[in-house]
Amino acid sequence: MILKIEKDHQRFRQIVKGRIREDLRKFLTKGELIGKEGKHLISIPVRGIDLPHFRYGDNSGGVGAGDGKEGDVVGKGQPGQGKGQGGTEQGQHLMEVDLSLDELAEILAEELKLPRIEPKGRHRITTVREKYSSLRKVGPESLRHFKRSFKEALKRQIMIGDYDPDNPIIIPEKKDIRYRSWKEVKSPQSNAVIIFMMDVSGSMGEEQKELVRLESFWIDTWLRKNYEGIESRYIVHDVSAKEVDKHTFYHLREDGGTKISSAFKCAKQLLDAHYSPDEWNIYLFHFSDGDNSSEADSRECVKMLKEQLLPTCNMFGYCQVASAYGSGNFINVLHEHLRNHEKVLTSRVNSKDDIYDSIKTFFGKGH
Amino acid sequence: MASHTLSPFPEELLAAKKQIRERARSYGLDFFPVIFEMCDYEQMNQIAAYGGFPQRYPHWRFGMEYERLRKQHHYGLGRIYEMVINNDPCYAYLQESNQLVDQKLVIAHVYGHCDFFKNNAWFSQTNRKMMDEMANHATHVRKHIEKHGQDVVEKWMDVCLSVEHLIDPHSMFLNRGPLERQRVVEDSRREEPEVTKYKAKDYLDRWINPPDKLAAEAKKNREERHKQRHVTPGRPTRDVLLYLLEHARIEHWQADCLSIVREESYYYAPQGMTKVMNEGWASYWHSTLMTKHFVEATEVIDYADHHSGTVHMPPGNFNPYKIGIELFRDIEDRWNKGKFGKEYEESENLGEKKRWDKGLGLGREKIFEVRRVYNDVNFIDEFMTPEFIEKHKFYQYGRDPHTGQLRIVSRDPQRIKQTLLYQLTNMGQPFIYVVDGNYCNRGELYLAHQHNGLDIEIKFAVETLKNLYKIWQRPVHLQARIDDDMILFSFAGDQPKQQTIHDDLPKPAHQIG
Repeated sequence: MILKIEKDHQRFRQIVKGRIREDLRKFLTKGELIGKEGKHLISIPVRGIDLPHFRYGDNSGGVGAGDGKEGDVVGKGQPGQGKGQGGTEQGQHLMEVDLSLDELAEILAEELKLPRIEPKGRHRITTVREKYSSLRKVGPESLRHFKRSFKEALKRQIMIGDYDPDNPIIIPEKKDIRYRSWKEVKSPQSNAVIIFMMDVSGSMGEEQKELVRLESFWIDTWLRKNYEGIESRYIVHDVSAKEVDKHTFYHLREDGGTKISSAFKCAKQLLDAHYSPDEWNIYLFHFSDGDNSSEADSRECVKMLKEQLLPTCNMFGYCQVASAYGSGNFINVLHEHLRNHEKVLTSRVNSKDDIYDSIKTFFGKGH
Repeated sequence: MASHTLSPFPEELLAAKKQIRERARSYGLDFFPVIFEMCDYEQMNQIAAYGGFPQRYPHWRFGMEYERLRKQHHYGLGRIYEMVINNDPCYAYLQESNQLVDQKLVIAHVYGHCDFFKNNAWFSQTNRKMMDEMANHATHVRKHIEKHGQDVVEKWMDVCLSVEHLIDPHSMFLNRGPLERQRVVEDSRREEPEVTKYKAKDYLDRWINPPDKLAAEAKKNREERHKQRHVTPGRPTRDVLLYLLEHARIEHWQADCLSIVREESYYYAPQGMTKVMNEGWASYWHSTLMTKHFVEATEVIDYADHHSGTVHMPPGNFNPYKIGIELFRDIEDRWNKGKFGKEYEESENLGEKKRWDKGLGLGREKIFEVRRVYNDVNFIDEFMTPEFIEKHKFYQYGRDPHTGQLRIVSRDPQRIKQTLLYQLTNMGQPFIYVVDGNYCNRGELYLAHQHNGLDIEIKFAVETLKNLYKIWQRPVHLQARIDDDMILFSFAGDQPKQQTIHDDLPKPAHQIG
């Protein structure tokens, strides 16, 4: 049974997603439900809209019950919020955000735009659309197929000998009526490949690798959710580069120096071998701490980008993580030489909080 | 929702229901007929999101509530055992996945609520056919949507809902209505104002009631009356919504929406005013009925588990079920033992006070009286004793301005009670009055906040003013005390303004502290 409230619920979801009623966006709130999983507290985000009304200002005081003497801390307030809750259970504010992949992709979709994938090549990405190509015996009157209904009635009348060629009156009955009906047609659209390149050199600490893995994971997840049949390839590099499978990419630990150009060369080879730019939309993402081994190599990289990679790809995203050791100069090199190149996008990620903004830089404008 | 879409009431519960009902009656509970319906968790979430009703007018806020409840359910953070609505007959919805012992508990709980709805004075003026009324409201709003478009009507509903709290719950007990108002105005025009005339014998009348004095007073009265005629409202009014309905120049359908919002606010107000009592009363009765009569030996553990779940008050939280049931039990105990009155209050001997028992046995009678005449504010004010506060380890907490942490501020019973009363008074909403509907003789609306110790929130107040402007369509003002300054917030369609009130500003028709 479809619930009546579904309509209101849909309406609310649309407002939250910003599709309708822009005027309400400033009243959006981000609440949370606190749940427990094992010994962890988890936070489940709940969006809301707080219509303005006359109310009291900060009113964090209240009445609670429990042990403790005057002056004891009973809980961490939530600064900036009208309502705080007290509690004597200390040190329990280890929040873990728990989201399903789908839910996160949905949240991402609220703020991001999909890259514009151009129709190219031998059609591997599919979109589903509906085509009215068949008939049914039931359906809405607006989809009634007059000709077929007439034919059915004619057939019936001939069969039962009711038809008189001299006086050809055809009276359709209810069972004669046919309605147009649709079939889902998967129509192929275009091909796309994403190449993830990751710096796994020694200067990339555990924390940095964690960050880039997280970010590439989300980019991957999100694009895959939205486009069926996307191909992803993974390259890791230190001084030399090699292609790896997905699992290795997310779990590999390496050491050594950094030579970014090696990754670009590897990507170039991969593209030449499998992905002709005439047939494929190509997205390149590179993650590094920007600590290249030499200036010469950096120059080599810029040259390769300019001459070989950028002309063939749709987008080159460079994401630099902050590192304790390195100079992090590569991003500056890119800025210097390719600042206004429309296909080059760069972002910096210093902590987990920046990942979201970084993804937004890459997809926020719909590249 | 037509009842046939819901599951039928299960056979095995019918007998239990009947027994519980009869037992509840024998204790003196008195309720409207109760119609129980079974529903699954999705239907239950819908009903709860609709504020207890099977249908409401289309609006996203119900969808918002539904999403919250659904998430809560999905993540196992809470489930709704029952919903019951104040109506004659009472409708109660039971979740079909409840165990048998839960259903019995819930049925007993529902009878408690129904008794409260029927007998508590604050509910006496509510519409007992609200089930139909809500459906009518839904139809009305849908018609407006068909005619004016969803966006237009929804935006208007948002405006109305933004001022939905601006009603006067006490005015339910006044005889109000446009007809009477009209008559008063006409009378005042026709009749000569009365003058103070003392009774006197004819020959003394000239001296006791000197004609020139009378004439002077009549003239003064006439002038006063004349001045009053231009004063609207006649006295500060808290029913801002009514004032808007009667005086704002809005279209018919807009007025219809506004009156729908107002009517529903009045319907829900008593529930907000008696949350602690209502839940306490229902819990008291499910506990009494279940433990004394209906729990089977095999069900004891489950019953105890679920009962303690409802009345569980984690440290630092406030659970109306818990406070309510404990207060009712405390009252019953005190009146059974005679722990009240001058003699008891003035006894200095703590031991004696503790052992106090006059064997009056008035407890049951007293709690029935309490459930009839009190609301949360005077319930707590009158019956929450220092002993009670101490026994339940209540404390008052507040935010430490330096660290942002919440700390125990005090364990002084007086302050704890005061904090609680603050939160419960007017359901935690500020008191807002219309003090002038023709401010500066320019048809501007002047509202005033009655300051009771807490400032109002400025950002939201300004946004609300903007919405009020959409209704009033002339400049609107709100006077409020912020940090000991009297501020006048104004909105006239462009930029919101605020200024400190000084002597040169024109005064509104009435003053509110």
